Amino acid sequence: MDNHVIVKIKKIEQECSDIKTFWFEQELNASPGQFVMVWLPGIDEKPFTLSSIGNESAISVQKRGIFTEKMHKLKEGDEFGVRGPFGHGFHFGKTTKPLLVGGGCGNANLTALAEMLAEHGKKPAYVLGARTADLLPYEKRLEKISDLYITTDDGSKGEKGFTTQKVEELLGKEGFDCVFACGPEVMLVPLLEVCKKKGIECQFSLERFMKCAVGLCGECCINGKLVCVEGPVFDKKHLEQLTELGKFARTKSGKLVDLGEYSKGNKC
Amino acid sequence: MGLEFKTVFCGKKFPNPAVLPSGFLGVNAEVLLRVLDEGGAGAVTMKSIGLVEREGNPNPTVVPWEHGVINAVGLPTPGIENLNDEWQGLNGRMDRVIASILGGSFEDFEEVAKAVAVHKPALIEPNISCPHAKGHGQAFGLRAEDAAKVTEKVKNAVGKIPVMPKMTPQAHDIGEVAKACVDAGADAICAINTVGPGMLINIEARAPVLANKRGGLSGPAIKPIGVRCVYDIYEATGGEVPILGMGGISHGRDLIEYAMAGASMYGIGTAIHYTRDLDVFGDVLGETEKWMNQEGVKNLKDVVGVAHK
Ligand SMILES: Cc1cc2nc3c(=O)[nH]c(=O)nc-3n(C[C@H](O)[C@H](O)[C@H](O)COP(=O)(O)OP(=O)(O)OC[C@H]3O[C@@H](n4cnc5c(N)ncnc54)[C@H](O)[C@@H]3O)c2cc1C
Ligand SMILES: Cc1cc2nc3c(=O)[nH]c(=O)nc-3n(C[C@H](O)[C@H](O)[C@H](O)COP(=O)(O)O)c2cc1C
Ligand code: FES
Repeated sequence: MDNHVIVKIKKIEQECSDIKTFWFEQELNASPGQFVMVWLPGIDEKPFTLSSIGNESAISVQKRGIFTEKMHKLKEGDEFGVRGPFGHGFHFGKTTKPLLVGGGCGNANLTALAEMLAEHGKKPAYVLGARTADLLPYEKRLEKISDLYITTDDGSKGEKGFTTQKVEELLGKEGFDCVFACGPEVMLVPLLEVCKKKGIECQFSLERFMKCAVGLCGECCINGKLVCVEGPVFDKKHLEQLTELGKFARTKSGKLVDLGEYSKGNKC
Repeated sequence: MGLEFKTVFCGKKFPNPAVLPSGFLGVNAEVLLRVLDEGGAGAVTMKSIGLVEREGNPNPTVVPWEHGVINAVGLPTPGIENLNDEWQGLNGRMDRVIASILGGSFEDFEEVAKAVAVHKPALIEPNISCPHAKGHGQAFGLRAEDAAKVTEKVKNAVGKIPVMPKMTPQAHDIGEVAKACVDAGADAICAINTVGPGMLINIEARAPVLANKRGGLSGPAIKPIGVRCVYDIYEATGGEVPILGMGGISHGRDLIEYAMAGASMYGIGTAIHYTRDLDVFGDVLGETEKWMNQEGVKNLKDVVGVAHK
């Protein structure tokens, strides 16, 4: 779908204090991990992963800056444009015992993946992490379809600590064959180390600044890989080569900066 | 693929004449090297470099449509100050790199050219043709005097590095502009930049698709314009000046059309989108080779400019 399709918001759900899910009636021939470009005419167009896939589709938006604040002001019945789906999603055909690990709004595409896995009879284990209890999305949906483990940095819900600690513990006990993850890179970098140490396969979904979403502008590069068409999901072999992961990203001008500077205002 | 594609352009040697045009895949050294090493392009052009950092326009900035792409990225650039990682990454490979430069004044062009020349790219390409960045690009390429003045300033700033201004098809007489540049010292001509500006309206949204509303067209839709422009330039410069032709090249047959119009190197940009990977360079050259074999053409040089006879 090269051109934007204008969709009507059917339902809006508040997932947690800063994330809202927008349901719309548009079947997108997509797989979990793929994303769409969401267009508010006169404002901007930004990438969002699909948090539900089927007859009805959904995106989940975390409030961060101008665009996402505008999204949060939309009401049921309002419209926005979408083009896509773009990129490569998760490859989950081979896994028989998946472990999903999500931080903050990174849980959007993992929730879609968890639903797909459950439909295929492969109920996943799911480590859902956030800084505090009020930032935990999708809990109700995930409870039904996964073995859910919750961690919060401050211990306000579930276990106190980081997702990686829980993952290490789980990997020690049960025979998982692949870790699927999405979240802030401060979480992904140690998680990759854990997967390397335990010799377990993994696939992470990454974010970089996007403009065209079709592999032309080069804006979304991480170490020369185009996240929009070659990602956003990368497997272990590729992740290990990404020396910029957790360290550098490109801003809107194409300038390479420290990840900290890039994600100023990034609450994920 | 072999000897038939070895190219000498402004005295510089390239393994083949397929070029990544400016603006595709940015300035990132690692991705540009992939275009050379995995994609098999003969040369790569860096996204137009400016004096100071520019963010470009809000999105949507690049949108595919039925017959190509419309874009108004608005010349984003990290600025010459912020390119050290890229120069380092490209170190040792600059003989295959064309540096495109942009400016908002004649002095800007001179200053950027000087800073870029230090890194010794194969060619320097002043962008006097981008149609969607106010006061930049095309603002210097519509009139022969302006284009000549940019060429002269850049030429004086870069020593022996060949200078190849990039033409806009919006010029009333592109041949005249090119000729004026050559008279001012240009060593080669690049043509064309995007056509337009054009506009796409999303009828359900009742609004222009691009945030900038207007944008430049590229891809298959513009090929006949590009071929005509190259033809005009070849004619106006007496077939003596090397031309890097581009605009809608997606297959070998398109490249051969540009050759026959007078170009001896060939940019392939928007076509990356149709195949969605970098194989497009090898594919287009492969198709060209097949045609040459069928027609008994031994060297691509043998058909450059033949449509003028
Ligand atoms: C493949 C992909 C999938 C994504 N999926 C989701 C999702 O499901 N839910 C969600 O809430 N967010 C998602 N994001 C991030 C989302 O695009 C940004 O939160 C949003 O663009 C912020 O815009 P803003 O104007 O509100 O904030 P700004 O103040 O403009 O930016 C805040 C931060 O958001 C990021 N950002 C801004 N613009 C872009 C852009 N054009 N491309 C990529 N990142 C940008 C940067 O990290 C920036 O520091 C995804 C990003 C990518 C690349
Ligand atoms: C997204 C995009 C960005 C571009 N950026 C630049 C640029 O920075 N400088 C420039 O000289 N031309 C730029 N161009 C124009 C191309 O270099 C080229 O001249 C044009 O697209 C025609 O070739 P094509 O049909 O093969 O794409 C850009 C084109 C596109 C589509
Ligand atoms: S966003 Fe343009 S290449 Fe990925």
